Amino acid sequence: MSRYAVVEMTTTARDETALIAGLRAGDEAVYAELVDRHTPSMLRVARGYVRTNAVAEEVVQEAWIALLKGIAKFEGRSSLRTWLFTVLVNIAKARALRERRNAEVEVMAFTGGSVDPARFRSADDPWPGHWREDASPAPFPDTPEGSVLGDELIAVARAELEKLPERQRIVVTMRDMLGLDSAEVRELLDISVANQRVLLHRGRSAVRQVLEDYLKDPK
Amino acid sequence: MTSGMDCNELVELVTSYLDGSLDPDKRARFDVHLTECDGCENYLRQFRSTVDTLGKINDETFEPAFRDRLLNAFRDWR
Repeated sequence: MSRYAVVEMTTTARDETALIAGLRAGDEAVYAELVDRHTPSMLRVARGYVRTNAVAEEVVQEAWIALLKGIAKFEGRSSLRTWLFTVLVNIAKARALRERRNAEVEVMAFTGGSVDPARFRSADDPWPGHWREDASPAPFPDTPEGSVLGDELIAVARAELEKLPERQRIVVTMRDMLGLDSAEVRELLDISVANQRVLLHRGRSAVRQVLEDYLKDPK
Repeated sequence: MTSGMDCNELVELVTSYLDGSLDPDKRARFDVHLTECDGCENYLRQFRSTVDTLGKINDETFEPAFRDRLLNAFRDWR
């Protein structure tokens, strides 16, 4: 483990100890801070399982109540956030099953498709499978924090994220927005190493494509 | 130009590459290809920017009424 990782973990652990103590003591400010920090992502994840925003809100509320009820017994074997999302996913799954919706993960075999195949040279070219000259990727411009273009790109990425198939959306949300690692996501969703990677890669690839399109032709 | 990996193969491996989950042989072919191919180097940079951009979709707000409900749930619990 790198030194950085150790420092990071210690900071997180200390932060969490205080948060857990605050919750147990009934400190509303601590609770409100956690609610503000995690609720948007929780709603996003919940919406992957249930049909309406209203039901997603019920699922999220149930998860918070379950957290409060369980906090006295929370032993800190996982991070508070991982625990919260585990609870959330379990509630959302149960709710989805009640709605008779298939909550199983379905992943088709990954046979390419991160990039439009037409952008690569064909088999009769001296360099088959390489970028065509007129379709080779160009660098994205730098977008400083808070720049207009940067904000536009975030909005474009958010809109595309909403359009992704639900499993891709959930995995991308957990990995790239919540910063969970692949092992955590696999455990939360009960999916294989390969499925986690495929879902993440497809979702990211779709977002990359819309960002590239947007940068070529801003609307 | 070809070092055992084509561009259309590389683009499928970027997430594994960034996760450090490619086997050493594939990783080496990926790295060698990058040194020779501006298109793929740009692609990898675009992909990293995409992941960064996704990471910034974070400051979302949610319905104040829903926030109130969550805070009320806390007061009931306490």
